[in-house]
Amino acid sequence: MNWNSASDFFAMGGYGLYVWGSYGVTATWMLLEPVLAARRHRAALQAVRETENEGEER
Amino acid sequence: MKNLPRLFYFAAPSRFYWLASKAVPWLYAIAAAFAVWGLYVGFFVAPTDATQGDSYRIIFIHVPAAWMSMVIYLAMAGWAAFGWAANARLASMMARALAPTGAAFTFLALWTGAFWGKPTWGAWWVWDARLTSELILLFLYLGFMALVEAIDDTRRADHAGALLAIVGAVNVPIIYFSVRWWNTLHQGSSISMTAAPKMAHAMVEAMLLMTVAFWAYAFAVVFRRCSAIVLERERGADWVQALARKEG
Repeated sequence: MNWNSASDFFAMGGYGLYVWGSYGVTATWMLLEPVLAARRHRAALQAVRETENEGEER
Repeated sequence: MKNLPRLFYFAAPSRFYWLASKAVPWLYAIAAAFAVWGLYVGFFVAPTDATQGDSYRIIFIHVPAAWMSMVIYLAMAGWAAFGWAANARLASMMARALAPTGAAFTFLALWTGAFWGKPTWGAWWVWDARLTSELILLFLYLGFMALVEAIDDTRRADHAGALLAIVGAVNVPIIYFSVRWWNTLHQGSSISMTAAPKMAHAMVEAMLLMTVAFWAYAFAVVFRRCSAIVLERERGADWVQALARKEG
């Protein structure tokens, strides 16, 4: 076990800013990107449905 | 699609779409499981480094992100080239789907590198050969995305993007071998196919677990984006119309 307490863990031996600055941005992006991809997918499905309703638009 | 089609059948956008819709949830689950495992080993099993202290723990995301940035570029260039040469639409769509994820991993490799460079080198950024060639990789991704978006004719845009991606592929070996060709600040390879790792066992293990997580994540998000692109482009096809009715 490397850490004696939670604050010890967050301090990262004095490198907290650098370690959490790296992990925070990476985690934020890797949680956001799937949402964006799913949203684009839903929007594309919606667009297909609207095309269908308007008949052969393309 | 009652029985599993043979593998090359997935070159048809409709069959790829079906495969992706089945695979994506599993890929996300694999990514999450390996990320939890990798982070556990990386933060709770791997010891503090004797010279770098705990700052070295950035390696568990820095190296996988950098690997993904290069692998995804080669995949993007390969699919773009195949889509052009064989006139395969799905391959060109896959190239476009890969670009944003590749660009993101390139950015993350540079970002985490900066946050690692500051405490260990004393600088967020230096014009080292490895860093500079990785920055060029980011510009190649952004250039590819801007180019294919800028041309209205979809297939012409695919071909122009393929040309850019193929020419830019020469940068990937430059990134990979830069630490050997130029003796600059960035350290050499952490992992070698021919030599024993220079790191403690748990450190290597955490890095490889995170690499598996990043691979699964990349497959999942790229498949999802590619599915969206298939729908955007094949809007008029019967199977797309039928699908929209069913999933509505």
